[in-house]
Amino acid sequence: MIQIENVWKEMGGEEVLRGITLEVKAGELMVVIGGSGVGKSVLLKHIIGFLRPDSGDVLVDGVSIPNCSRKELYEIRKGYGVVFQSPALLQSLTIEDNVALPLQEHSGFPDDTIREIVRDRLHWVKLRGVERKLPSELSGGMQKRVSLARALVMDPRLMLFDEPATGLDPILTAAIGQLIVDLHARIGFSSIAVTHNMNLAYLIGDRIAMLYNGRIIEVGTPEEIRRSAEPLVQEFIHGIPNEGS
Amino acid sequence: MNLIEKTGGKILDSLQGVGGTIVLLFRGLYWFKTAVKYRVSIFDQMLLCGVESMPVVMVVAIFSGMVVALQTGHELARFQLEGTIGNIVAASICREMGPVFAAIIVAGRVGSAMAAQLGTMKVSEEIDALEAMAINPVRYLVMPRVWALLFMLPILTIFADLVGILGGGMVSRLQIGISYYTFFDGVMNNLEIKDIYVGMVKAVVFGLTIAAVSCYQGLNAKAGARGVGRATTRSLVFSFLSILIFDYFITAIFY
Repeated sequence: MIQIENVWKEMGGEEVLRGITLEVKAGELMVVIGGSGVGKSVLLKHIIGFLRPDSGDVLVDGVSIPNCSRKELYEIRKGYGVVFQSPALLQSLTIEDNVALPLQEHSGFPDDTIREIVRDRLHWVKLRGVERKLPSELSGGMQKRVSLARALVMDPRLMLFDEPATGLDPILTAAIGQLIVDLHARIGFSSIAVTHNMNLAYLIGDRIAMLYNGRIIEVGTPEEIRRSAEPLVQEFIHGIPNEGS
Repeated sequence: MNLIEKTGGKILDSLQGVGGTIVLLFRGLYWFKTAVKYRVSIFDQMLLCGVESMPVVMVVAIFSGMVVALQTGHELARFQLEGTIGNIVAASICREMGPVFAAIIVAGRVGSAMAAQLGTMKVSEEIDALEAMAINPVRYLVMPRVWALLFMLPILTIFADLVGILGGGMVSRLQIGISYYTFFDGVMNNLEIKDIYVGMVKAVVFGLTIAAVSCYQGLNAKAGARGVGRATTRSLVFSFLSILIFDYFITAIFY
C-alpha cells in the first residue's frame, strides 16, 4: 500500500529525515512513534504530497507521490482521509457543512444523500444533534471526532493521523483510540498514525515504528516493541530522558 | 558582505511577494469558470465586501464632496467663478476621490479582514485540511473574494461618485450660495464620459489589487497570532501603496 524508500529531507539547514524506509501493507494500521521534532509530521506531509523528498521515493499503491502533478495529487488525495493535530475544521461552517464539504466538492451526490451520509458518519463517531452547531460550540474532543467523521466521509482507502491524541485527556485519548480501532475494523482502511502517546500506539497499532534522529530504528508489533532490546526504544516507551533529549 | 546579502535577500523576498501576488490573482480569475458552483460564496463575499461597506463609503464620499465644494467655492468666489464649482467637484470626485476613497475604505475594512481570516485558517491548518481533501484553496477561497471585489468596487465607486457630487451640490447651495441648477448644470455640461470610465478602470484595478494582496498575505501568514497580525498589517500597507501607485499610472495613461 505505502512504500517509503530511503527518503531524505533537509529543512532549515537540518537533515530531518535521513534515509527513512518503511512499508505499510494494505489494511495495516502502522503507528510511527518518536519524540517531538524528530520528523514524524514531516514524514506524513511527504505521503500527503505537501513536501517532496530531497532524495528517495514515496509510493502509494505503486504511484510515486513526489513525481505526481498537482492534478494527479488531488485525484490521489480523494482516497485519503487526514486527521490533523488540530481539528482543522472550517470555523465559518457548521459541523454538517464541514463533514459534507468533501462530498459537495467531489461526489456529485444530491444534497439529501450528502446529508444522510454526513449523519451516518457523525453517528459512527458517536455524535448526534451537533449538525447545526459551529465548531467553536463543541469541546476539543468532539471537534476531533468531527474531524475524524470528515476524514471518513469519502470512504478512504488510506487514513493518516497526525498526533490524534493532542490536547485530549487520557480518557478521551482512549476513546479516540478505540474509535479508530472500531472504524478500522468496519472499513478496513490502511493507516499511518504518528504519535508520541504510547498508550494510543499500543491500542491502535498493528505494528509500531520508532523514528529517531531522522531514521526508523525499530519496527515491530506492539509486543515486539515492548520487549525491544534497543535502548533508545526502551527509553522512549518508558519516558526516560536520554542524552539526545 | 553580510549587509549586501541581507539587502539582496530582502529584494528577492519582495520580488517573490509581488510575483506570488500576481500569480495568485490570475489563478483567482481563472477559476471563475467554476463560478456557478460557488455562486453562494461569491454572493456572500459581495455582500460582505460591497453592501456592508456601503454606509462608510457613503459617509466618506459625501463629506469629500462637501470639502471639495467648500475649499474651491470660496477661492472661486473671489474671482466670480463660483458657477464652475460643479465642474471641479464632479471631475475631482469621479476621476480621483470616488475610486480612491472607496478603495481605501474597502482595503481597510475588507482587505484586512480577508488577510486575517485566511491567515488564521492557514495557521490553524484549515488550508492544509482543504488541500488534503483535494480542494484547491485558490478555487474555494480566493476566487470568490477576487470576483466579489472586482464586481463590487466599481459599484461602490459609482455610489461614491453620486453621493460625493450631491454633497458638493448641497454645500454649494447652502454655504457658497449658488443655485442647484447652476451647480448641476456645471456637472452635466463638463463631466466627460472619460472621467467616469477612467474612474471605473481604477475601481476594477484597485478591487483586484486589494483582493490579490490580501489573499496572498493571508495564505502566506507565518505561524502564530503574530504571523496573522503581520499578514494583516502587510495587506493594509501594500494595498494602500498599490492603490496610490496604480492611481498615478492610470491617471498618467489616460490624461
